[in-house]
Amino acid sequence: MSKFFTSSIGQKFFMSITGLFLMVFLKVHLILNSLLLFGDGELFNQAANFMSSNPIMKVVEPILALGFIVHIFYASFITLKNQMARPQKYKVANKTKASWASKNMYILGGLILIFLVIHLANFFWKVKFGTVAAISYDGGQTELHDVYGLVAGLFKGWWWYDALYIAGAIFLFLHLTHGFWSAFQTIGWDNDKWIGRLKVIAYIYAVIIAGGFAFIPLFFLIKYVV
Amino acid sequence: MKIKLNIWKQANAKAKGKFEKYELDGVDAEMSFIEMLDYLNEKLIKEGKEPVAFEHDCHEAICGCCSLYINGHPHGPGSETATCQVHMRSFKDGATITVEPWRAKSFPVLKDLMVDRNAFDKIMTAGGFVSIDAGQAPDANANLVGKIDADKAFEAAACIGCGACVAACKNSSATLFVAAKVSQLALLPQGKVEAKRRALNMVAKMDELGFGSCTNTGACEAECPKGIGIDFIAKLNREYLCASFSEAE
Repeated sequence: MSKFFTSSIGQKFFMSITGLFLMVFLKVHLILNSLLLFGDGELFNQAANFMSSNPIMKVVEPILALGFIVHIFYASFITLKNQMARPQKYKVANKTKASWASKNMYILGGLILIFLVIHLANFFWKVKFGTVAAISYDGGQTELHDVYGLVAGLFKGWWWYDALYIAGAIFLFLHLTHGFWSAFQTIGWDNDKWIGRLKVIAYIYAVIIAGGFAFIPLFFLIKYVV
Repeated sequence: MKIKLNIWKQANAKAKGKFEKYELDGVDAEMSFIEMLDYLNEKLIKEGKEPVAFEHDCHEAICGCCSLYINGHPHGPGSETATCQVHMRSFKDGATITVEPWRAKSFPVLKDLMVDRNAFDKIMTAGGFVSIDAGQAPDANANLVGKIDADKAFEAAACIGCGACVAACKNSSATLFVAAKVSQLALLPQGKVEAKRRALNMVAKMDELGFGSCTNTGACEAECPKGIGIDFIAKLNREYLCASFSEAE
């Protein structure tokens, strides 16, 4: 068991379980974001304020951050080690048939990380450290952060943010097409029958998640600009 | 047919190699790739030049000796075939063919196109065996093996240990090889006894020898001359994870 943390399969196991955990988070994130599409923002603001003030979230937030950190740390460590396994490269680049995403997971992950930093600066930072306008739906008795206004303002005001968020969703799509089934393969939950099924489910999951996230900026563009 | 060859030449393990260009006329389309190289070497010897060193033995794609990376593919064009079963009809007349040795830290080049694949033997020594009393052949019905398990074990046992999986993998990972060997034995009653220790020791040896880790690209499966699937890698992961959590070592 002591060798588990340093073995190639052990390291991949941590990549896999953190990946699966982050995929559950993405699903929850998208469900909450889908509230942006209904009404004039009250529903979303209620949900967003519930999530940011909920004591459970104080526990979940650091666990989520840890999930990202472990995933990124092991990815960097494994990629570096894998690079070292072939000191002399081939003259003719490998022509073996393999999906582009599977061969470029680290690059895709890096692009998603850049997106994540911008995304956190756009919303999380502002909500957390309070530079968000207040809004009240009950005549001033309770004041809520107007997160809906923040989101709508960003997406209708700056078209490059819309483009950036759509690009982020595309990178996420590619990352998930490989990451989803690969996570199951790594924990050993796979066989010759399920490998095909898991690949199909991976595409469905990636389309729903990435398509859903990409639809939100498009929705605001159509609603307010077009 | 006439072909142009671009072949890696390296005097010994320590020398700095380089690509050498050869033009070869009169190549028969029905020659195997290995026969074509023999033909080239005969020509080179007659001209008083140094022949190209490469490994080959059975010419039936069952020994796993041949190991050439041809035009970006381990074992050249075509699927489920070893270099010795690739024929010159797979190439166009006048084609330029680049031939390289397997490239991996754990497979150092010995000379030209020959690499040292002792690393695979070391992995096998770490656990790729069954330590039972090998006396006389046991009675046919003494060890009952189900048809499904027997077929699956046979599929894994088809591995010839050529190293094409390592050569094809962007991480130079030997996971498919280890997966085939671990699975083959873990599926059979004689091998089940030591299954846990085998998985742990063979993976530890693979890591120690400097092979990369598996990132599930599936390149190994696409190039394996025996068509061994990556579902065996899932089985290896299962065997290894279970062993890690239960074996007190």
